[in-house]
Amino acid sequence: MIARAALARLMDTLCPMYLLVDQNGNIQEVGPTLQKLRPDMPMVGRAFLDLFKLVRPRDVTTVPSLLATPGARLHLKFHDDPQTALRGLIAPLPNDAGAVINLSFGISILDAVRDYSLTSADFSGTDLAIELLYLVEAKSAAMEASRSLNLRLQGAMLAAEEQAYSDALTGLKNRRAMDHILGHLVSMNSTFALMHLDLDFFKSVNDRLGHAAGDFVLQQAARIMLEETRDDDSVFRIGGDEFILVFKGLQDRRKIETIANRLIERLCEPLQFQGHSCKISASIGIALSTQFDAPDPAGVVNAADLALY
Amino acid sequence: MHGLIIKAIQSFVCANYGRQTWVDSTTAAGLEFADFEAMLTYDVEIYPRVLGALCCKLDRPRSDVLEDLGTYLLSHPNMEGLRRLLRFGGVTYVEFLQSLDDLSDRVRLAVSDLILPQLELQELSQSDFRLHCHSGLEGYPSVMTGVLRAMADDYGSLVFLSQEATQGPIEVLKITLVESAFAKGRNFELGAHSHDR
Repeated sequence: MIARAALARLMDTLCPMYLLVDQNGNIQEVGPTLQKLRPDMPMVGRAFLDLFKLVRPRDVTTVPSLLATPGARLHLKFHDDPQTALRGLIAPLPNDAGAVINLSFGISILDAVRDYSLTSADFSGTDLAIELLYLVEAKSAAMEASRSLNLRLQGAMLAAEEQAYSDALTGLKNRRAMDHILGHLVSMNSTFALMHLDLDFFKSVNDRLGHAAGDFVLQQAARIMLEETRDDDSVFRIGGDEFILVFKGLQDRRKIETIANRLIERLCEPLQFQGHSCKISASIGIALSTQFDAPDPAGVVNAADLALY
Repeated sequence: MHGLIIKAIQSFVCANYGRQTWVDSTTAAGLEFADFEAMLTYDVEIYPRVLGALCCKLDRPRSDVLEDLGTYLLSHPNMEGLRRLLRFGGVTYVEFLQSLDDLSDRVRLAVSDLILPQLELQELSQSDFRLHCHSGLEGYPSVMTGVLRAMADDYGSLVFLSQEATQGPIEVLKITLVESAFAKGRNFELGAHSHDR
């Protein structure tokens, strides 16, 4: 049988976080790294359970009963701060000579190396602790790089989407956005009213005063349509001088006709562009989703189209 | 070509010569963009083109530029994270040299698609070493020369480095350790990271 001192020297090298306890749980030897966790509190001579709180197994409260469960995985922590969760394994020595308890940090290693200023020399050469620490730092750095890339890509995606769904000249939504929003309303069984609005005499403004005047008229018309609708409503420019307005939740024909009349009235007011008066007008066709037993976007748009002519 | 490699060069040039030098180099290389993403992959052609344009712009030999890149990677404050990762290799400079055999595997453990050439350390005596750099990345031995020099400073060791004239695909760096504790090296704590932040 190996002498205790020789065993201790062996353990110091192989597993520097071990404890050698006697049959009653008094600490006889302690590994250098474990002692380093409590530099001002020599562990030799103390009772194991006075220093450490046994978290698992829960039903064991004395060292003799612990010795009766060899090979059991222990979960423990210090009674005092920093408590540092530790994992352990107990191996009884022959002839009731006590036991070796080997401890390790487990996942608490990240805090432990910082709290106790541990170095590579505190771990045995076969311990994977250093590799674990390396991996955590390396993976965190790689993850951070990926995350920042994702944020930039997300920003670019949002900008591209915004661009893909809007009309550059007027800032209104475009036909693609309309398909998307109508599809959504229909799939949610929401009721809505839809207006197809054509600008009249727009072409003659364009021909007479040029494209700049035409663009100006379109922008002013778009502004008016936005002013005459609620935040919940949507205004789309779907062609040169064609617009679709969607009123979510509106199913009262008289109400929508009032809105249509006000729109036509305002759009008929002459606009001033570089000293020239531009006079346009508008025609509007109306359809309600409630006209249909099973509304589909194309059907409602088509009905508003027909109402226009 | 992994974005990390070109991004490293970009970061080095911007820190040491200013962004304009970098933009000029990428333009001269015929690229329509100057900013590389570390976590994307680029055409393998881009690396030699950018490097060629950069050396031309700086009017310096490629091996010098790449050696400076290696030093930058380990000694510039921007790159503290990388320095720490290499310090995990060992407690002493010699242990660090020995850990280079595993460097490409370690790198792959962190970033699985970043493939760096294999390194192999030959220990001729306690102070004489030869580092065999396998092929796979043009100029890698020059970068490693800068890395080894910077790490010697980091550990406070005094070394002589030279590149042996060799034929064939494997290039050899000669390392002579003059004194392992020549100066006080830089501090390294296993758990220092969260303190620093």
